Amino acid sequence: MTAVDVPGIHTEKLRKTFGPIEAVSGLDLDVGRGEIFGLLGPNGSGKTTTIRMLTGLIAPTSGSATVVGIDVVRSPEQVRRRIGYMSQRFGLYEDLTVEENIRFYGGVYGLTAAERRQRVAEQFATYRLGERARQLAGTLSGGWKQRLALACATVHSPDLVFLDEPTAGVDPASRQLFWQLIKEQAGLGMTIIVTTHYMDEAERCGRLAFLSRGHLIGVGTPAEITARFGLPSIEAVFIELQRRDEGAIA
Amino acid sequence: MRTAPRGFAERVARWPFWAMLWKEFVQLKRDRFTLAMMIGIPVIQIGLFGYAIQTEVRHLPTVVLDESRSEQSRDLVKALENTGNFDIVAQVADRDALRRWIELGDAKAGLVIPPDFARDLKRRREATAQVVVDAADPLSASAAISAGSQLGAIQTRRLAASQPGIAPVIDVRVRPWYNPGLRSAVYIVPGIIGVILSMTMVVIASIAVVRERERGTLEQLIVTPISKTSLMLGKIVPFLLIGYVQISVILLVGKVLFDVPVVGSITELYLIALPFIVASLGIGLLVSAAVKSQAQAMQLGFFYLLPNILLSGFMFPREAMPGPAQWIGATLPLTYFLTTLRGILLKGVGFEELWRETLVLVLFAVVLVALAVRRFRKTIE
Repeated sequence: MTAVDVPGIHTEKLRKTFGPIEAVSGLDLDVGRGEIFGLLGPNGSGKTTTIRMLTGLIAPTSGSATVVGIDVVRSPEQVRRRIGYMSQRFGLYEDLTVEENIRFYGGVYGLTAAERRQRVAEQFATYRLGERARQLAGTLSGGWKQRLALACATVHSPDLVFLDEPTAGVDPASRQLFWQLIKEQAGLGMTIIVTTHYMDEAERCGRLAFLSRGHLIGVGTPAEITARFGLPSIEAVFIELQRRDEGAIA
Repeated sequence: MRTAPRGFAERVARWPFWAMLWKEFVQLKRDRFTLAMMIGIPVIQIGLFGYAIQTEVRHLPTVVLDESRSEQSRDLVKALENTGNFDIVAQVADRDALRRWIELGDAKAGLVIPPDFARDLKRRREATAQVVVDAADPLSASAAISAGSQLGAIQTRRLAASQPGIAPVIDVRVRPWYNPGLRSAVYIVPGIIGVILSMTMVVIASIAVVRERERGTLEQLIVTPISKTSLMLGKIVPFLLIGYVQISVILLVGKVLFDVPVVGSITELYLIALPFIVASLGIGLLVSAAVKSQAQAMQLGFFYLLPNILLSGFMFPREAMPGPAQWIGATLPLTYFLTTLRGILLKGVGFEELWRETLVLVLFAVVLVALAVRRFRKTIE
């Protein structure tokens, strides 16, 4: 899967401390183009901090990170042109309509009026949003909001998109559709980095990274991981790895 | 969608500022409550201030110390009484007696006519008289001072009419000669424009940013390539329009309810208002960097309002303030804007006389917005 021309992510000894607390310690990650890469870990394991470092929202304490081949510490703005980011809170303007939200983010990403019109139509089709074009985003249900947020985050056709717990508080049918849409996009070459609490979603990822207390404690495909640990499911591995990691520290 | 070198026209077309601007206008249009507030607040305030704050003081109990005891001095006393601002309650023998009357509060003002008053007038020299005012109440003080100065002018004119040749001058302390009736509404309305703009622009700009932070959309914007400048400019430009609507509403209501004149050029007024509005919005953006919630932004906004009302010259004359209060007043954009507002609206002066204040306002605008952009971080630590 890994293509050399547009790499996904490469980090070396990426580390972030908040005062005495080490949120992320010495993370080495490699993600290739078009992968669906899952970041797993309990609350406070450093998932969100990692994503925020990779999007330039916070500066790492030490270490290096390149995203889509660009040093994110040195040139965060260049990285931002080529990535999308969907936060847990969706980042939608509730007093704008579905169409207006997409148009706005298109403008923010520097699309011309003609390009915006074209992309709005394309995103409507891709994310099945057309029938609610003129509805205010604030009145949408969770599943619709989530698809609209993804449409906004990918309006500029980014090479890579970060999804930070995208399916929290969304009904199962909507989650199913959402994952189907993500898979389509990955198939078209978009790299997806996704954090999740749902183990059934973790199993859908191409590869997974387990984080606990800021440490990377395991990377691989779901099958590799379950095989390596001789455990029946990702969930079992998750619990086991977390127990070991906490035991090692204590 | 990523092209290498771009022409100027394309760069302009791709400028994220436009998206920001458009979005703010759409949101503003849908936020009927804020819009109504922006127009309702000035109307309510002007009613409150215009009707409630009556600074004209009538029938101020006054004692007279007439050391001249001449026809001219009695004339002056009569003229003082005729202004309607002063009621002569007693004649006193010396300055100590005058002081006691005022200290006890039985008199709020005293007229002192020196012994050589009549002689000076006869010799066609400048004759001085003094109005002593109980300044514990600055409002009645300024009213009395104003009426006193008016008195000097009236008497001088009368003398000039009755005596041929070079007329002597009666000087009773000088107060601004415009707004001769010291109608407070006339003086207050220009001030209200400044105060309302200060308050609403600061609050509206800070809330606009804080609201995005609270709703999580700011985090989303930060991970886009939009520049800090585009973001900030897109935020404040729509509010310029609101500022101008407010100025127009206040001027209109002032005209209809209180007959406040617009002596000078309205175009110049609108032009000079621009740097003031921008400066106020800059302060609002700075506030937004310091606060966490909309409630805090509101509180800081009102905190900012207080020195503006007290120290800018809106309510009390700055000349009468102690040094430190004057210095603080000098750091407020409103202080300079008030001078230009009153100058243009009441005195009919323009850029020629007001270029210093205008320059200061432009400096405020540039520095404050630049600071706000610098302070704003595209990170979330």
